[in-house]
Order: sequence, then C-alpha cells, then structure tokens
Amino acid sequence: MNRYPIWKNLLVLVIVLTGILYAAPNLFDQDPAIEVAGTRRANVDQGTVAAVQDALKTAGVEIKSLDFSGTRLLLRFHDPESQLKAKDVLSEALGDNYNQALTLSTDLPGWLRAINAMPMNLGLDLRGGIHVLIDVDMEAAVKQSVERYAGDIRTLMRNEKLRYVTVSKGDASVSIKFRDAAVRDRALDAVSDEFRDLDVTARDDGDSFLVVAKLGKSVQQEVSKFALEQNITTLRNRVNALGVAEPVIQQQGQRRIVVQLPGVQDPARIKDLLSATATLEYRLEDTEHNVEDAVAGRVPPGARLYRMRDGRPVLLKKRVIVTGDQITNASSGLDQRSGSPAVFVNLDGPGARRMRNVTSDNVGKPMAVVFIETRYEKYQDKDGNTVKRKRKVEEVISIATIQEPFGKRFQTTGLDSTEEAHDLALLLRAGALAAPIEIVEERTIGPSLGADNIEQGFNSVVIGLILVMIFMALYYRTFGLVADMALAVNLVLIIAVLSMLQATLTLPGIAGIVLTVGMAVDANVLIFERIREEIRNGNTPQASIHAGYEKALSTITDANITTLIAAAVLFSFGTGPIKGFAVTLFIGILSSMFTAIIGTRSVINFIYGGKRLSKLSI
Amino acid sequence: MQLFKLNRAIDFMGMRKFAVALSVILMLVAIASIATRGMDLGIDFTGGTLIEVGYQQSADLGKVRDALAAAGFQDATAQHFGTTREVLVNLAPRADMSNTELSDQAFSALKQAAESKVELRRVEFVGPQVGDELTEDGGLAMLYALIGILIYVAVRFEYRFAAGSIIALVHDVLITIGIFSLFQIEFDLPVLAAVLAVIGYSLNDTIVVYDRIRENFRKMRKGTPAEIINASLNQTFSRTIMTSVTTLLVLCALFVLGGEIIHGFALALIIGVVVGTYSSIYVASAAVLALGISKADMMPVKKEGADVDARP
Repeated sequence: MNRYPIWKNLLVLVIVLTGILYAAPNLFDQDPAIEVAGTRRANVDQGTVAAVQDALKTAGVEIKSLDFSGTRLLLRFHDPESQLKAKDVLSEALGDNYNQALTLSTDLPGWLRAINAMPMNLGLDLRGGIHVLIDVDMEAAVKQSVERYAGDIRTLMRNEKLRYVTVSKGDASVSIKFRDAAVRDRALDAVSDEFRDLDVTARDDGDSFLVVAKLGKSVQQEVSKFALEQNITTLRNRVNALGVAEPVIQQQGQRRIVVQLPGVQDPARIKDLLSATATLEYRLEDTEHNVEDAVAGRVPPGARLYRMRDGRPVLLKKRVIVTGDQITNASSGLDQRSGSPAVFVNLDGPGARRMRNVTSDNVGKPMAVVFIETRYEKYQDKDGNTVKRKRKVEEVISIATIQEPFGKRFQTTGLDSTEEAHDLALLLRAGALAAPIEIVEERTIGPSLGADNIEQGFNSVVIGLILVMIFMALYYRTFGLVADMALAVNLVLIIAVLSMLQATLTLPGIAGIVLTVGMAVDANVLIFERIREEIRNGNTPQASIHAGYEKALSTITDANITTLIAAAVLFSFGTGPIKGFAVTLFIGILSSMFTAIIGTRSVINFIYGGKRLSKLSI
Repeated sequence: MQLFKLNRAIDFMGMRKFAVALSVILMLVAIASIATRGMDLGIDFTGGTLIEVGYQQSADLGKVRDALAAAGFQDATAQHFGTTREVLVNLAPRADMSNTELSDQAFSALKQAAESKVELRRVEFVGPQVGDELTEDGGLAMLYALIGILIYVAVRFEYRFAAGSIIALVHDVLITIGIFSLFQIEFDLPVLAAVLAVIGYSLNDTIVVYDRIRENFRKMRKGTPAEIINASLNQTFSRTIMTSVTTLLVLCALFVLGGEIIHGFALALIIGVVVGTYSSIYVASAAVLALGISKADMMPVKKEGADVDARP
C-alpha cells in the first residue's frame, strides 16, 4: 500500500529537476552592460569590435567580457561606473552611426543558455525606471480626418464643376450646401462614388439642398486604430533614438499606450520627448494678397495668417496639401547638384497624388511647412477648479519655392546649415503623429528604491518561509518536514515558471509569492489533519495515509479553484502592479497543488510505503 | 505536537447569536465610518502627483516645506516615509505647469535647497481620468469575482452555501475596508489587490468548512443540522487555525520587512485573514443554518448515467 508507480515518481523528479534548472539563472549576478547595434548607415563587424576594444583600452575602462553575435556587440562591465564611462567613450569613438543601449546582462554559462534558461524580468519597481501611460486624443484624430475629407470633397466638386455654396465640417460629418436640387443630386452621386467608405445622404433645408457625408462607426474606428498604431510607431522611433535597452511600448485598451523604460536616470528629458506631440501641414503661400493688410486685420478669404519662427508674418492658403501623417520618411543630407544641405521627404500614396496635383499647377510659387504642436496646460477657472486646456502652437518652419512638379519623393533645399537640415528632418519625422497625445500617468522609480524593494521583498520571502517551515516541522514532525520540502520546491517552481514565461516580477508579485507560501501549506495541513483524524478513528497508519490524501483532495481542489477564480479576475481587470500579483498568485496556487498533493505523497510513499508501521510521526 | 484537544467539542453554533450580534455591529460601524469619514484614497484613485526623495542624513520636514513653498509649492504636503531620511511630498496641481513638469520642478527645488545630496526615489503621477477608471474597474473586479465565486459554489454545492459564502465575503470585505476607513489608513492600488486576495483566502476557508458540512450531512445518521454543523466546525477547527497561523506568519514577515510601500497591502491581508477565519466559522456556517439547510438537501444526486438511460 501507498506505493507510487515508477512513472509517477519519475514525473515528480523530472518536474522538480526541470524547475531547478530553469530557476537557476536567477542565481547569477546581473552585470551592467552596453549593447552596441548597427543602424542603417553602419553594421557592427570585427572592425567595430576592434575599434571598441581600442577605445576602451585607451580610456582605461576595463571590460569584464565581450560577446559578439554577428550583428550585436554586448559588453559587460564590473560596475555601473565603468559602464557609464564606457558609454561616453563609445559615443565619441563610434558616433551616431551606432546605437548603444545601457542594459543589465546575466553572465550565464553556455549550457544554461543552450536550454534557453533565462532569469526573470524584473519590473520597474525592482530595477528602477520610468513608466508612462499615454492617452491618444481620438476625437482630434477623427476631426483631422473630417478635415481631410472636406478638402477632398471641395476638390471633387471643383473637378466635377459642381457649384456649391459651402462645405462645412461637423463632429464626424461633412455637409455640402447647394442652391440647386439638380446639382445636389449630381453631387450626391459623385460623392458616393468617390468616397465609398462614407455614408452619403441628401437632405433639404428650406431653399438650400444638402449632401451630408458621414463617417460611420467603422470608419471612425479605423481612423482611431490607425492613429493609435501611428503613435506607437512614432513613440518607438523616439525611444529607440534614446538608446534604452528593453523598452516596452504597448497598446493598452482602446486609446492608451504604455511606455516603460527601465533604468532611465533622467525622467524630465524622457517626458519632454514623449509628450511633445506635433504634426505638420504643407500649404501654399498666398502671394496674391498683401501680408500687411492681413496683419492689420483684413485677412482675405481662403487664407490664414501665420508667423515664421523668427516672428515674421506670412500669409498661407487655407487648403492643406499634405499633413504630417502622410509623410512616411524624412532624412537630411546634401543636394547632389549644389552640394548644399537638403531634407529628403517621402510621402505615402494619397499624399503623393495630392502633392503632384498641387505642384504641377504651382511651379515657381512658394510652399510652406507649418509645424503644429499641441500642448496641454492647466489653469484655474473662476470657481477655483482646475481645468485642462489644449493650446495649439502653430509656426511656419520653412518656405521653399516649387522648382518642378513632384510627388512621392522630394527634397527641400535652401537651408542655412546641415544642423538646420538635420533638425527639420527630425521635426518632419516627429510630426508624423496622427493625433495629439497626453501623459495621463507616470511612475518613476529611482535605482536605490528599486534595490531596496528587491532586498526587502527577498528578505520577507525568506523569513516568512523559514517561520512557516519551523512551525510545520514542530507541529507535524516528519510529515511537517516533508511539507517543508514541498514548500521549498514550490518556491523554486514558481520562480522557474516565471522565468520560463519571461514574466515580469514586481513588488506586488513578490507579495503574491509570500502569500502563496503561507497558503501553500494549507493543502498539507488539510491532508495531515485528515490523517490524524483517521488514526484517531482507529485506522492503521497505512490506511490513514491513504484515506487522508484521498479525502482531502476534493476539499483542496474546491478551495483552490475559488482562489484561482479570484486571481483570474484580478488579472483581467488589473493593470501593471495588480497583474503582477495575480500572475504569481495563479502560478503559486497551481504549483502548490502539485507539490503539496503529488510531491509530498511521493516522498511519504518513499518513506512509509509498503512498510509495516505501528505509528506515524505526525 | 497538538494545540487543540478534541475530546471537548466547542459549541460554535450555540454562540452564534452572540457572533451574529458582533458581526452586525462591526459591519454597521464599518458602513457608518465609510459613509461619514470616507476612505483615505491614495493617488491611484484620486489622481495627483507625489514624489519620494531620499536624503543622506535625516531630513528636517520644516526645511523641506520651506524649500517647496519658496519654489511656489505652498500646497505641498511633506512627511517622512519609512525612515526619517526619506520624505514623501504630495503636490497639488498648478495652473502654470503640466503635471508631468510638476514633479521635475519640485525635485529641482528640493535639490537646490538641500545641503547634501538628494536622490529622487519615486515619482507617481496619476491623471484624474485614470483614477476614476481605476475606481470603476476595482469595483467591477470585486463584483465579477463575487459573481464567479457564487456560480462556482452554487454548482459545486448548493445555492444556500453560495449565499452563505457571499454573505461571509461581503462581511470580510466590509470590515476590512471599514477598518481602513475608521483609522484613515491610505487605501491604494496594492490595498485593493489585498482586499481581492482576502476574498480568495476567506473563501478558501469557508469552502473547507462547507465541504466537511456536506460530508457530515451525508454521513451522520443522527443529529440536528446545528449539531452536524458543530461537529464539522470542530473537525476542521485545528486546520482552520493552523492555516491562519502560517499565513499570518508570512504576512507579519511581509509587514515588518517588506518596506513602507507594502505596509498597507500586508495590513489589509492581516485584517482580512483574521476576519476571514472568524467569518468562515461563524458567519458562513451560521448563514447556511439560518437559511434552513437540511439533510435532504445534501443527499448526493442520483447517478447521472442512470437518469439519462431511463429516458427514451
């Protein structure tokens, strides 16, 4: 009686050993490291490796180890000081052609790396870093697309020679007013033909006849989705330019983006970079009218007054040719003919078509780039409530003459310096944000607090574990010691699963582990109490062990499943820290069921199984 | 080693009138406190900005406040956090700067005013809309957890048990939150997680007792429902206490060693475990008794196979 078949024992052994193996990477120290990667301009090769080694040697920075994978170079250092010093040295030696990122790297032996064993990810609260939640202004994104449709509809009316009174924009619709019902009907057909994604209807309003083109729910969703994706891409580009290792940029919910940057020291700079949202518009300059008149207040219809960066007034046409989100790329360089600094801009398909149409008709005329930045500011209204207000800052960053018709790819010259070209390219690229964004949550953890959190979390796990172990051993003697083994293995398994899943361990996650340690013994307590009961009822030791495990099983399952439900709910509703807690709780419950029921049984069977017993040490 | 001798059974159900009175009083106090004093909600829920800074020597809060006031942060509150070298500053929103700039400005003001090195340990800014959503999600999470559990218990046991376990859970959650309200202990995101974990724990306890009650109803030939429940509580009593003790051991370790940030979390769980243990004995069991559980309700359902075969 009380013998496990050999396969069951083997299974337990295999699981425990696998657990130990995959938990092992967490025992190794993490070294401060720098990862060097190539860019489009240059690749990391043996030459780069030699240059890096030389530069660091000259500067007197000691490298702990150097790992070259063919495309990436990983340098490990003994301490964070040499890591930071090395970063400066390398910036000088390698220049802008290489990306380098500060990171932590575990120096694992090859056999561990061969089985793909990796340490757990540490959350920002344990390693320090900045977490930012960004809200994308979807209403503005929809508004922008309404504006674009309005422009397109005007063009269509003109091309089709349909005389309209006005084109006005609503929340998610464009309405075109006509004097004549017949023209309206022709326009209705033309608009529905051209814009199949809009809901186009006709409406009579007194003596005026309207065509109303509405952006349906699906179109609006499409616009929002695109705005979010585009923002994520733009943020990713900006973050990559920073050189932070392992950045996290993810969508959260319908309109939010999470950005997590581990180990960043200067939160102010990061926030500036992330929240400075901008967009661009290409417009023709209005040369037919006088700027002075406009400054005096007589702005001609179809035009708007803008200011250059130096404050000079300039009159631009109201119609937008291309917006920033239609720019697919912008880079700076030198004009091949003149050798002067230039910015090369690429447009997407629709943008290129419009640009070609407009530039063909306007060769020799000046075209301006308007840079629009959306800032959020708070102010107190008269009741003393804090109100948020959006402020739009618009300025003309460059005006250039259209030399010849162009479309998809064009260049802007006439810039003063290469720096100016570089900055303009940067602005154009950064301008490719489809909708304004705002930081709605920030959590920054300094490195020292992170280290404290790790230490305190580790201490409470260890001390809690020891206390429970002592208590169990005193109370249940041999059986208690077996439960203690199970508890230790349980901890190893939780860490192994977290490492395998590459889940992120946070402080609440550690709390979850501590809680599972406390609750994991519950299953054993239930079993052992049952065994004691059976013995008291006069059963033989062997029969008591058997019955104890048997009878406690359904109770343990019921009790744990309800806790699993709570953990699952926590996971699906929680954000960041709560999720971490739920994950460890969930894993902890499952692994504790394995160790407490199957694990302890196999050890108890090993000790007592098939023997003649008169007494149990319980 | 055995802490509890079982030869003298405790008459748990005999004391249930007293227990019910106690629970009702506690719950009323909790409700009254939540209604009048409210909760000391953390910035996770209210929105706001806070920064934690670390000094090399113990910091003088007066000087810290002066430095903040000089930089235009008159409404900022400063307090020690954990040790006297750490200072937690709560910043009020300001008209002339965004919330994200707020923390940077305040920190640089403190850095300039300090004699020795100051270190930025933590910045937390939560926008008001995020806080509102969190409050809503937190409430929803609790509701869904309760519904999920209700369904599971109703399916596995019986509707009276489901009702009893929910009564016990509401009791535990209410008293735990009530204590946080009564003593105005800050209620933040980790505390919410702890309250949800309390739901899991307390239920765990209740289910173990229910399991035994069900078993005994089927097994024991004699006895009134009250006697059977009493017997079940006595049989599970030592387990109930053992598990609470081991859980409390680790929670105390967490409370003492886990650091200031985790304090509220550990405290909520400690309260919840104590209340949950009590409620699994008195509230949950007394509830099923009051709902009129009888032997007939607990008889095992006929074998499903036989039933199906009987139909054409």
